[in-house]
Amino acid sequence: MEKVKNILFVGVGGQGIILASKVLSYALVNAGFDVKMSEVHGMAQRGGSVTTQVRFGERVSAPIIGKGQADVMVAFEQMEAMRWIDIVKPSGTCIVNDYKIPSAPILVGQETYPEEIINSLKEKLSTITVQAAKKAEELGNIKAQNIVLLGALVEKMDLGNLKWEEAIKANVKEKFIDLNIKAFELGRLLVK
Amino acid sequence: MKRLMTGNEAIARGAFEAGVTLASAYPGTPSTEILENIAQYKDSIYSEWAPNEKVALEVAIGGSIAGARTLAAMKHVGLNVAADPFFTYAYTGVNGGFVLVTADDPGMHSSQNEQDNRYYAKFAKVPMLEPSNSQEAKEFVKEAYKISEEFDVPMLLRVTTRICHSKSLVEFADREEVEMKPYVKNGAKYIASPANSKVLHVKLEEKLKKLEEYSNKTSLNYEIWNNKKIGVITSGVSFNYAEEVFGEDVSYLKLGMTYPLPMAKIKEFANKVEILYIVEELEPYIETEVRAVGIKCFGKDKISNIGELNPDIIRKGFLNEESEALEVSSEKIVNRPPTLCAGCPHRGFFYELSKRKNVYVSGDIGCYTLGAAPPLSTTDSVICMGASVSAGHGFAKACKANDRDMKVFSVIGDSTFFHSGITGLVDLVYNGGHTTTVVLDNRITGMTGHQDNPGTGYTLMGDVAPEIDIEKLVKAIGIKDVDVINPLNLEETRKVIEKHENLDKASVIITKWPCALKRFTEKDHERFNLKRAQCFVDQEKCRKCKMCLKVGCPAISMDKDKGAHIDLAMCVGCDVCLQVCPFDAIQKVKA
Repeated sequence: MEKVKNILFVGVGGQGIILASKVLSYALVNAGFDVKMSEVHGMAQRGGSVTTQVRFGERVSAPIIGKGQADVMVAFEQMEAMRWIDIVKPSGTCIVNDYKIPSAPILVGQETYPEEIINSLKEKLSTITVQAAKKAEELGNIKAQNIVLLGALVEKMDLGNLKWEEAIKANVKEKFIDLNIKAFELGRLLVK
Repeated sequence: MKRLMTGNEAIARGAFEAGVTLASAYPGTPSTEILENIAQYKDSIYSEWAPNEKVALEVAIGGSIAGARTLAAMKHVGLNVAADPFFTYAYTGVNGGFVLVTADDPGMHSSQNEQDNRYYAKFAKVPMLEPSNSQEAKEFVKEAYKISEEFDVPMLLRVTTRICHSKSLVEFADREEVEMKPYVKNGAKYIASPANSKVLHVKLEEKLKKLEEYSNKTSLNYEIWNNKKIGVITSGVSFNYAEEVFGEDVSYLKLGMTYPLPMAKIKEFANKVEILYIVEELEPYIETEVRAVGIKCFGKDKISNIGELNPDIIRKGFLNEESEALEVSSEKIVNRPPTLCAGCPHRGFFYELSKRKNVYVSGDIGCYTLGAAPPLSTTDSVICMGASVSAGHGFAKACKANDRDMKVFSVIGDSTFFHSGITGLVDLVYNGGHTTTVVLDNRITGMTGHQDNPGTGYTLMGDVAPEIDIEKLVKAIGIKDVDVINPLNLEETRKVIEKHENLDKASVIITKWPCALKRFTEKDHERFNLKRAQCFVDQEKCRKCKMCLKVGCPAISMDKDKGAHIDLAMCVGCDVCLQVCPFDAIQKVKA
């Protein structure tokens, strides 16, 4: 079981986390891996904290990742990276979107958004900051930030030889395919 | 090729392959996608959304009596609603094969409790299968139909959130076309009158004895032999977790059929190992039975019966080991509770209702449960589907009987009103109730991800349906004071709330505006002005009074230097904040 790789996606409902993990899983299945993926539905999706978990290898048992077990965490939002850091291996990697989404207690002024999260992450583990939201906006649609981050993940995990164009085409609406392929390549470049 | 599927998709596929021709359900997390996926096979399977779980189960029972293979699906608490026919159908037995899927929610990701529905199998005397992954989910559906027809019993397929919403690989097979069985009139079997049921109960006990024999020999329950020092008995998703933790260091008795339990097989397994662990999520369902026959084991003394199970809990409980993990810097985290979406039509209504003093707001299950969250903090109680109306009525009657002056508003969504709000309203009219029932009609079943319902004009299979008119319905029951309002118009909303606050009789307010996330139909566009300009803050006029924050919209934030800001990626132009701003600082973006 040692060979199983664990990837944790974290962020906020609506950021396209489920789509990113779908594209990833699709390519992994195509490449012949056993894959398990777990996602969250319902109440928790309404602006709440959302995670999906992807595990792949020769044979995978549990569909969820335990504490200190994720090889890579892809955080779509800064504060979410800190919330889920205990799931990541101390020797693991955090890929974090340089993007903040204030939660309800912050919006109503009860709390303030914590400062210096990225520095605090860097003190704990290997952390790569990606300007995914900004770069996706430059490409013309901030929603493509999820695929920018996926590109960064693929580059860092050395999975570039999988069939990514096919995986993107199979999972996104036709009119967004070009945008997402560009976003994916850009994500890879950003962390090369 | 194998496909990556959720458990719910796999159950739908299993129903298709098993030759099912009828399926019914009421949406509920984590079960919703089962019927949504069955609807894809509409050339082969008739499927429908029922207004509640009891109706769904009865529809499937009727189809089974007719001779077809049928399926009903619901979340765990849905089976409480449907329990009455469930228990009785165990007595009568089936004609066509029958499967009820119960989707439990350990950890309460999206539920009001975490009841362990395996007890329903034992309680109702209905045989139960528990798959551990998507492939098994599909295969077990097919197995369940075979057992159902061979033993003349309804079957329970028990799954949990992590089975429903986890994806794993599934191999497809072809659909087996199953001929509908002939229907023969047989009152002694299908009429559950006392005289018949006395006989049926005896027969059921005989069937259960044979089913226990079956459970002892079926390959659904199998052993995996490794080291014999420790043996683990487990089922469902817990099997994966146990395997993750113990690997090949222990032997397993993996149970796919957990009612009736294979007691002979369990005894045999226990005899061959030195130490026995029972690894199960939630309650000690298997453990209690194992202990009852005098077998020593470890189980709930090592792992809690509270919350969702995971490999970490098993590792800590049985091995006293913990993985090395990084520490979360709690000062760097702020809670992120779910909120009403930007543009949610419920916001305007809750904002106005939250300003009323000395009112009790009896809430219900749906997105609008979030009306309880700050800053709106409107709702006083939420119990179960439909309870807003009836519990609100009870609250008001108790107040009146004890001379306490308090106005009650019962707040319920459109789909929940059809589910079980109507009966409560009938009670109110019949017994001279004096609460105001508010139907928040957002033209869809929201929280579960936009399913149609009897008010939306479409069926699960995509056909046009009559829309049940809530206004006419409540008037027909006998409610005289009925107001239909646009909840995005705060002045209109405020006036109507004030009017009803002063009524001392049963009355109804219907707020009508489609969910902001809904895929709007042509009719929605005809009826509502949905092409709305977004709002922005003129920061020169903003005095940072924070009034706009009181509506709790996730699109609005406050910068202590610049003032309020509206995120145009989220704003849909509902105008609630615009009406709240005392300085006209919020304006419409010009097209």
